[in-house]
Amino acid sequence: MAEQLLQISGLTVAVEGKQILNGVDLTVNRGEVHAIMGPNGSGKSTLANALMGHPRYEITGGTMIFKGENIAGLSPDERARRGIFLAFQYPTSIPGVTMVNFLRQAMKAVRGEDVPVREFREKLLSTMKMLKMDEQFARRYVNEGFSGGEKKRAEILQMGILDPDLAVMDETDSGLDIDALRTVAEGVNALTTPKLGIVLITHYQRLLNYIKPQFVHILFAGRIIQSGGADLALQLEAEGYDPVIAKYGPALAATGEKA
Amino acid sequence: MVAKITPKLPAADGYKFGFNDNDNATYTYRTEKGLSEDVVREISKVKGEPQWMTDFRIKSYHHFLEKPMPTGFWGGSIQNYDLDFNDIYYYARASDRPEADWSDVPEYIKDTFDKLGIPEAEKKSLIAGVGAQYDSEVVYHSIRADLEKLGVIFTDTDSAVRDYPELMQQYFGTIVPPADNKFAALNSAVWSGGSFVYVPAGVKVDIPLQAYFRINKENMGQFERTLIIAEEGSYVHYVEGCTAPTYSTDALHSAVVEIIVKKNARVRYTTIQNWSTNVYNLVTKRAAAYEGAVMEWVDGNLGSRLTMKYPSVYLMEPHAHGEILSLAMAGPGQHQDAGAKIVHVAPDTTSTIISKSVSKGSGRTSYRGALKVYAGAVRSKATVRCDALLLDEESRSDTYPLMDIEEEQVNIGHEASVSKVGEDQLFYLQSRGLSEVDATKMIVNGFVEPIVKELPMEYAVELNRLIELQMEGAVG
Repeated sequence: MAEQLLQISGLTVAVEGKQILNGVDLTVNRGEVHAIMGPNGSGKSTLANALMGHPRYEITGGTMIFKGENIAGLSPDERARRGIFLAFQYPTSIPGVTMVNFLRQAMKAVRGEDVPVREFREKLLSTMKMLKMDEQFARRYVNEGFSGGEKKRAEILQMGILDPDLAVMDETDSGLDIDALRTVAEGVNALTTPKLGIVLITHYQRLLNYIKPQFVHILFAGRIIQSGGADLALQLEAEGYDPVIAKYGPALAATGEKA
Repeated sequence: MVAKITPKLPAADGYKFGFNDNDNATYTYRTEKGLSEDVVREISKVKGEPQWMTDFRIKSYHHFLEKPMPTGFWGGSIQNYDLDFNDIYYYARASDRPEADWSDVPEYIKDTFDKLGIPEAEKKSLIAGVGAQYDSEVVYHSIRADLEKLGVIFTDTDSAVRDYPELMQQYFGTIVPPADNKFAALNSAVWSGGSFVYVPAGVKVDIPLQAYFRINKENMGQFERTLIIAEEGSYVHYVEGCTAPTYSTDALHSAVVEIIVKKNARVRYTTIQNWSTNVYNLVTKRAAAYEGAVMEWVDGNLGSRLTMKYPSVYLMEPHAHGEILSLAMAGPGQHQDAGAKIVHVAPDTTSTIISKSVSKGSGRTSYRGALKVYAGAVRSKATVRCDALLLDEESRSDTYPLMDIEEEQVNIGHEASVSKVGEDQLFYLQSRGLSEVDATKMIVNGFVEPIVKELPMEYAVELNRLIELQMEGAVG
């Protein structure tokens, strides 16, 4: 049986006093890809930010157990050092800091020890090559003036360099044309190992044509209202969210509103 | 190897470079505390100066008495400080004459210099010449032999009065006249030490000339006076880095720097100012650039209690270019009132000002910029960009840009921004494993990168380290 990586139980999260997640349960084992789908405003990005520990997202109940440890009280950097990675939907720019400097410091921080220059360089160049990125890219300032596609590629590059156990990908497909989507997806697939668990957060099914999930969960009004296999995504693609919401939604929406 | 402007000491509580060899220092001569015409005469007499310099000092002293404290545009904040002109020693001398040979320098002074890393830097020949100011007098000075062969003069200004009277009488006090402002007048009356640099026509000095300055006596004013003359088609880069020990009472540093950049010459003047946080640093720096000349000020201010400093460039003839890169960092209790001033006198002159400031705790930064374009300075181009970064809610930054444009046919650009270290930036970097402190350091280092990349490498490394030290206490 696969080793359990992440177990979320009854997670409730509030942002600025407003409850967004109303009791999420999710278990991810090593080697598994879980897709979290749902309409806008259902709480997908909140789940991603709460997992990474954004200070604005307040855990009001439930637990997040990662590799046997409750991570709720840990800062984002402590979580990163334990092997959690978040690919941002909107990565922020850090003017004046080059990608290569940033990546080197990040790699060192996550490992907790200095990384030999040669090893870092090889890892950087091979990962960039795999993502079809020009070497010059490493000299640019972090996310400064990057196109949408470049930002997403840079996120996957970071994932490759930091080698996490759990990768949470927040709308990694948004803003990408089909070629960029394919490159990014191929990059993620190339980084997939038996030790890695992936939580793919997406609004659309199209990313799942390239990264095949074993599990698909529908998040609505801060709860997972339905879980299934890859076919659930196809069903959503064909029918839209309305039938699922009609079946499970109204009651949940009502409970969610009061928060 | 790098040339250190500051020692590799561990950061202790309080000021990092607060070592003090005062116990062993014996002052061979010191004026009485406070300022009077007699004190001014005494300084000139002790130095054995020619009459013209004595007269210059006396005249300047009277300007000092007549001038009001700076108010209004050029620094409005000095009134709020308890600076007492009569509680300061205006002149002290720790050794009798400038030393040319390192082995002649008194042991306790060497000790201080060792802490500053100067001998290593000298050994590595990374620097073209070193003039180190120990209190008021330059005690150690050297210059590479080949520079001497080229006719480059790099000496202390006192020696220049004696050895190069014609150059001194021709240029001294012409760019910053004693009546310019109260602190320029004060410096002109009591000045001591500083560097004199003369670069003959066509000579390009390919490595930076460096000077080290220290104040090392409680209540010891330091009034160095620097004069740089770059003849036609020459080039020189002058670098000064300052550290000072910390003291419980306030010290005053009031320098004057004058630079003449002749036709097609280029001068770059780089400062890393890291006075201890009780020092008043009130400095007048000004350059005149002639036809096709380039003058660049790179001015980093990290230390002092209050700095008021606005390096300026007067673009006197066509195609002259002025560039001022200013960096200010203010921690709790500090006020960096820094900026830049450019005056377009002639047609087809161009200028760029880039100012970056970082404030943390109760620290305050002010950008004071003046841009003046005279009528007739057609086709002048000027760009001003100032960015301020605030690290927390308590910190403060103000911008006072003044523009006086008398000519219509010009191209002026001005941009300003104030930003806070954002929660999202911190979260992003922390999500990549960096602690909050390291993430903040990275954001600040990135912010100042446009200035730092203009520094000589060893200074860039040193500056980044100083910034990181300042940041250690910035978070949490």
